[in-house]
Amino acid sequence: MFDVLNEDGMPQSRRHFLTQLGAGFAVACLPQLALAAESGKKSTRRIVSVGGGLTEIIYALGAEKELVGVDTTSLYPQAATRLPSVGYARALSSEGILALSPTLVLASEDAGPPAVLRQIATAGVPVTVLSANDQFEGVIERIKRVGAVVDRDTQAAQLESQLTQEWQRVRAPILARKTAAPRVLFILSHSPGSVMVGGKGTSADAMIAYAGARNAVEGFNGFKPLTPEAVIAAQPDIVLLTAQGMQVVGGVDGVLKLPGLAQTPAGQKRRIVALEAMFMLGFGPRLPQALSALDQLFTKTMQSA
Amino acid sequence: MLWQTMMTFLISTPSRVAKSMPLFLKQLSSKPAWLCWLILGLGVWAAATMGAVTMTGQDWLAPLQQDGEPLSGSAYVLWHLRLPRILFAVLVGGALALSGALTQGLFRNPLADPGLLGVTSGAACAAALTIVLLSGSGIEIPSALRYWLLPATAFAGAVTVCFILDSVARWLTADSIAGLLLTGIALNALAAAVIGLCTYLATDEQLRNLSFWTLGSLAGANWTLTGVLLLALIMVFCYLRRLTHVMNALALGEAAAAHVGVNVRALRIRVIMLVALLCGFAVAWCGMIGFIGLVAPHIVRLLIGPDQRRLAPLAMLVGAILLLLADTAARTIAIPAEIPVGIFTALLGAPFFLVLLARMRRGV
Repeated sequence: MFDVLNEDGMPQSRRHFLTQLGAGFAVACLPQLALAAESGKKSTRRIVSVGGGLTEIIYALGAEKELVGVDTTSLYPQAATRLPSVGYARALSSEGILALSPTLVLASEDAGPPAVLRQIATAGVPVTVLSANDQFEGVIERIKRVGAVVDRDTQAAQLESQLTQEWQRVRAPILARKTAAPRVLFILSHSPGSVMVGGKGTSADAMIAYAGARNAVEGFNGFKPLTPEAVIAAQPDIVLLTAQGMQVVGGVDGVLKLPGLAQTPAGQKRRIVALEAMFMLGFGPRLPQALSALDQLFTKTMQSA
Repeated sequence: MLWQTMMTFLISTPSRVAKSMPLFLKQLSSKPAWLCWLILGLGVWAAATMGAVTMTGQDWLAPLQQDGEPLSGSAYVLWHLRLPRILFAVLVGGALALSGALTQGLFRNPLADPGLLGVTSGAACAAALTIVLLSGSGIEIPSALRYWLLPATAFAGAVTVCFILDSVARWLTADSIAGLLLTGIALNALAAAVIGLCTYLATDEQLRNLSFWTLGSLAGANWTLTGVLLLALIMVFCYLRRLTHVMNALALGEAAAAHVGVNVRALRIRVIMLVALLCGFAVAWCGMIGFIGLVAPHIVRLLIGPDQRRLAPLAMLVGAILLLLADTAARTIAIPAEIPVGIFTALLGAPFFLVLLARMRRGV
């Protein structure tokens, strides 16, 4: 047996997290509502956020009213997709961003080209670049920094303690678990012709390790093209994909047809799971939820087979 | 020999500029040239008014009104972002088209483009090595230097590969232009292999940086670059007079050209040098902007025939128009985002070229 996403892209278990998330936010937002009502009138800050994770943080801190533009990776929450899009993070346009007359540009490390960021800074708009670190500590660090630049230190501190609690709650059972760690192979696919597996140092590798599993390929860094022999040698118990990648290769049956996969435990027992890309690998405020979802997927698929 | 040529070129240029000024004007004031100037002028005006930020008349006069104070707001966008970029697009388009015209003339082959001389692959090779090896090695580069690093290495790569190609070709197949072409194919394949290796070694992030570099963009334009390129183009243009004259003889074939007294060897070095510098500069700052070097000389050839003396200057104008239109489209269609310019050079150039081709065939 295997777990797949239902039609709206959410696994059963995830709905449960969203309710949790909603409840969490309601608690976190109560004091903010009063604050926002006050600061909402006089705040003239206009933020352009380049990076899906940063946009999520801004929403989580209740500063979304100050957002005037986002990049194409800002897909969550849904409301962010209705803001003007400044395009792909690596191909920004200085005039396009300046046209939104921002007072602050928040960018992740991989935003560019450097010439454009320089032009924006020279035009008098401060550009804050936040490091991309695929660790829980990195998320906390980013929340602190974003909180500082958008004057939401108290909300940032609240969000931080709330996330730390959630994180510990999710991590505790994983750390206490005695069963052998399953070997997980992460497959990234943008088109049926190009299928890559995630080695060490990738965001997927970090998530797999957090979920108490082992990355089935450890011989290299970054993403490398999938070769049948390497897949068979890796002997993964589970194959993990992004929901988008799963769709591209043609669902579970498409994954099973990938060269070499049928000869692995994961292929034989159809243990193939997927999560939405930004949710799983975004390393934003949804990280505890994502880890919990991933852990449940792993546990369920291992038990059912 | 190469460096000698380069030095004499640099030293003797000012006097040559003065001597050839009337010719410079004559070549650029024929009837088709006037049409091109008109289109270019309208294009520049339209491009200057289009963009994400709306301009008012005030912004145009801002540099005159503010006494020494730095511009801000929409005036800054107009004078420091949009105008330099528009002029840069015009100049880069001209430089690419001229390189294309010269390469096609040298190889006597309408399918040749500056890439054959190793300029683009050399630049891409150097860029790939810089992105993957240098940033992978963990050496801390000061941010001021980082901005210049990639263009500088790409330019060095373009010029180096181009000159290596010439030396290797002269060593292996002395004085044969066909030999130069074949050596070019081999060296390009070699460069592609190095790029492939870098792509393999690259992390996900480096890979995306690399692929966006190869897509090409004019976003890095500023006044300094525009000024340097303008100066280089004027110098090269005046130097063209002697070059295009003998290139017409070369069209008869290498042997025939040698018989009428053309020093094919010297000509070849001059063309390679010009293409390496002009195209190398464009590629280093803008990444790979394809198609202009190939299609602009073609369009002109279909319009006015293959006389290099008229073809080269007109091709520059057509190239300038093409790149200006393509970049304006890239800038304005997806406001506030930007689309890679390479998509539009092909999108604009190819249909226009096909229409011209069909017309010519019918006329024959």
